[in-house]
Amino acid sequence: METVPILKIGLTLFVSIQIDLQDESVIQLQEDLANELAVTGARGVLIDITGVEIVDSFIGRMLSTIGSISRLFDAETVIVGMRPAVAITLTELGLSLSGVRTALNAEKGLKILNGKSRPDG
Amino acid sequence: MDELPIRSGDDVVRVRQQVRTTAAENGLSLVDQTKLVTAASELARNTLVHGGGGTARVEVVKSANGRKGVKLHFTDEGPGIADIGLALTDGWTTGTGLGLGLSGARRLVDEFDLSSEPGSGTRVMVVKWSR
Repeated sequence: METVPILKIGLTLFVSIQIDLQDESVIQLQEDLANELAVTGARGVLIDITGVEIVDSFIGRMLSTIGSISRLFDAETVIVGMRPAVAITLTELGLSLSGVRTALNAEKGLKILNGKSRPDG
Repeated sequence: MDELPIRSGDDVVRVRQQVRTTAAENGLSLVDQTKLVTAASELARNTLVHGGGGTARVEVVKSANGRKGVKLHFTDEGPGIADIGLALTDGWTTGTGLGLGLSGARRLVDEFDLSSEPGSGTRVMVVKWSR
């Protein structure tokens, strides 16, 4: 099974999914992120899915779950870089990715997270 | 065409890749490829999780009016489905998902046929036509 690396930069955890996701890899990512959030106190999670060719109901549910888990650690999750074909398919499938925010690209996603993680904010 | 085993998560990924390649080679648009691969992913997972494993077959077909399509067959020898109507309802779940697997897969394809009986496994056939 391939795993997805997590990078910490400042108060944000960065994840860029570059592999063809199998269910076990997504479950592992969820666990790894929970551990990282607990250890680092990060305030945001940015997940780049530019390289993801499909999001089916399982992967979609796991992305929502990651959002819910992050919230328990007072962190926000933003998913960026969704391909147009993936967005159309997800909608037709009936998935709304509740619990996570989405942004067009990493730059915009980071702006959302930075707005939140300012110490005085 | 090739029969692909579905015995592990790796196999599900291989089925998706095979479906993607065949769909791209036979004129399906990027959106239609994505819909078909997503449906294949749902159905292959069902074969693995609920059917206890099985096989997938990817086939190129031609309609009466000459349009090309990709046909997929998923077969397992699992416990089968007692109430197919219920299983195809949005939100109906055995507890492991959102209940969008079967009903969602059906929405993503042009043709969908499911046959199953308790104790005799499940067969699902889907077709996506090129536009």
